[in-house]
Amino acid sequence: LALAMSIFSEVPQAPPVAVFKLTADFREDSHPQKVNLGVGAYRTDDSQPWVLPVVKKVERLIVEDSSLNHEYLPILGLPEFRSAASKVALGEDSAAIKDNRVGGVQALGGTGALRIGAEFLRRWYNGVNNTATPVYVSAPTWENHNAVFADAGFKDIRPYHYWDAAKRGLDLSGFLDDLEKAPEHSIFVLHACAHNPTGTDPSQDEWKKIAEIMKRRNLFVFFDSAYQGFASGSLEKDAWAIRFFVSEGFELLVAQSFSKNFGLYNERVGNLTVVARDNENLTRILSQMEKIVRTTWSNPPSQGARIVGKTLNCPELFAEWKDNVKTMADRVLLMRDQLKAKLQALGTPGTWDHITQQIGMFSFTGLNPKQVEFMIKEKHVYLMASGRINMCGLTTKNIDYVAQSIHEAVTKVQ
Amino acid sequence: SYSSLPCLNEEGQTFVLPLVGKLKKQISADPTLCPEYPSSLGLAEFTKRATEFALGKNSLALMENRVFGIQTIGCTGAVRLGAELLKHWYNTRAAWCGPVYLSSPCDGNIFEAAGIQDIHYYFYWDAKQRDVCVEKLLADLEQAPEQSVVVLSASAHCPTGADLSEQHWALIIQLMMRRRLFPFILLPVQGLCCGDLQRDAWPVQHCASQGMELLCAQSFSHCFGLYGDGVGNLLCVLKQSSLLSAVQSQADRLVRALWARPSVGGARVVATVLSNPEEVKHIVERCMLIRERLRERLRLLGSPGCWDHLIKQRGLYCCTGLNGQQVEFLSKRRHVYLLPNGCLNVSAINSSNLDYIAESIHLALTSAL
Repeated sequence: LALAMSIFSEVPQAPPVAVFKLTADFREDSHPQKVNLGVGAYRTDDSQPWVLPVVKKVERLIVEDSSLNHEYLPILGLPEFRSAASKVALGEDSAAIKDNRVGGVQALGGTGALRIGAEFLRRWYNGVNNTATPVYVSAPTWENHNAVFADAGFKDIRPYHYWDAAKRGLDLSGFLDDLEKAPEHSIFVLHACAHNPTGTDPSQDEWKKIAEIMKRRNLFVFFDSAYQGFASGSLEKDAWAIRFFVSEGFELLVAQSFSKNFGLYNERVGNLTVVARDNENLTRILSQMEKIVRTTWSNPPSQGARIVGKTLNCPELFAEWKDNVKTMADRVLLMRDQLKAKLQALGTPGTWDHITQQIGMFSFTGLNPKQVEFMIKEKHVYLMASGRINMCGLTTKNIDYVAQSIHEAVTKVQ
Repeated sequence: SYSSLPCLNEEGQTFVLPLVGKLKKQISADPTLCPEYPSSLGLAEFTKRATEFALGKNSLALMENRVFGIQTIGCTGAVRLGAELLKHWYNTRAAWCGPVYLSSPCDGNIFEAAGIQDIHYYFYWDAKQRDVCVEKLLADLEQAPEQSVVVLSASAHCPTGADLSEQHWALIIQLMMRRRLFPFILLPVQGLCCGDLQRDAWPVQHCASQGMELLCAQSFSHCFGLYGDGVGNLLCVLKQSSLLSAVQSQADRLVRALWARPSVGGARVVATVLSNPEEVKHIVERCMLIRERLRERLRLLGSPGCWDHLIKQRGLYCCTGLNGQQVEFLSKRRHVYLLPNGCLNVSAINSSNLDYIAESIHLALTSAL
């Protein structure tokens, strides 16, 4: 038998992903009033995952349809899904779509879309294989952004100012300053809406300022859009920033996820929308995207794309979906209102306006690490060390307990 | 390319096992199945069964807890993940960058995409003999530097369909152990070669039984007609159980930056069907029948050359031995499409097109080109 050393003997243990560790700890906790405000998935008022009624309907339609074959999808994905997904982001009347300079690449969720986009940019943007191009991600941002761009080969990933902890809002001047100082052609990863983890989005005027500098300084726009419709309840409103940048003439990428707004977390439905200068550029870009996809997963899974494609392309189903999305968004907005009201009623020190000013699934409460520890250990309310809570974890049944817990954390722990 | 051509039935449609169709309906009606994020490692029930199928339930490596499996997006996803794992973690001290040895014909694009530039090819298909040339293969591997990664097809070699016998495997594995070469085994159409899912995996089991570490990329798309739901598994056998947690955690980290987590639909079906392997036998029998009939047709037409290699090869693919000009003739004049290297997908042939295809091949061989 071969007795040589394992080639893997020096491999270090990778640290666990914080949010999954939190959920694991929550599961092990036997406290009757425990609450999980960690992981980012929608829950009903009964703390259950929710299969959207329109999804259930469409799934049955698909399963009953014996004419559907089970062939491999084309490498770039299901055509009717790709075009519908890009249309949802850019709008029915998008001039860019009419100009035939918009294309989509079906991807494995938002992560897959980001990775394909990152791989493309590393190979073909700002020279050939220019791994030195700086990539800017917000401080803080979704923790996986770093890993995706690093694994795609980028060597220089930097933060841009975003969250102002003192005022619990957007650090606009810091952000704009970073844009002015960034080397030309740097890539900026922007959250299209419902910023993860802060829930704080630039206003329309603020977006205009951001766009002005980015255009002037030739900075590359890469939107991460995981919550369209989910944030405000309106698809149009949540896509305003993307559409504005497109109307300003930017060539850009949008990594779209349909995990949250379709509740299709396990089907991995994403789309990388490419907005190019013209059709000729688009064709060449897509040909390179195809090569990249070919060596990553070759053919994307069909199930989720069929569900989303069918829904988006049928007016009745589309209307039903928008309604389902609004149901989710409305519940989150209700919880925001109620949490703020309860904290104010309790006389909890500090201002709590940020809870209703922030948008989407997450809220940066402003609780410090010690207070978070108190929440978890003493009150069995699980949230991220950053103070981030998932509003979907709140229900009419647990909101009093959570508000009370926050009140105690703030008054007892400094 | 890795398993990119689907398996068709008599009507020219993809063969969707009746059981698969039934299972999909059941799954869609099940209210207890929730749409939550699966683990980045995939469906546990699937990886367990997939791993057992490759190694055998009684594998020592399994019992000693030094094996893990990760559900991937098809075989490509499994190879890519394996390549990334090697690129990042193979012999951390030496900052390993290759070399990786692949059989010719085969492409190294996936390894290049993972950042491994040092790619070599070992001799595999002898066009004149229309068979594998093991002597040349062994000679090439003898020259490979220690710690090279060698990619081998356990069965149904893509694109030639020409496989190694057990004796060949034993020789190769012996050489690899002596020269400290690392095996990365491809198992894209397990069960489709001889109807015996276990026999296809023999090379993997033999490597493991010799105490080797290995990676194995499995795909179940063909077996179950699940092309649209690319279901793959990356299997890793380690030398010590103490390494399992660390290596798996790093593979997990790589998955999270590639696709975060795999889609569950197909995996659920496969996990269930893996308890019913009899269905797979139908596809295997059909492919063998087609190969025999094609050989017989060519003989009756008086086509030049010997066509025994058609029935010696196994699986969905078959390397005809036709050259580039002949392949072009077939596509342009006869609308019969082969891969550029002369390989064709046997399962695309049925009773309606067999005569036309045989005739076309005959014309390609006999026309003045």
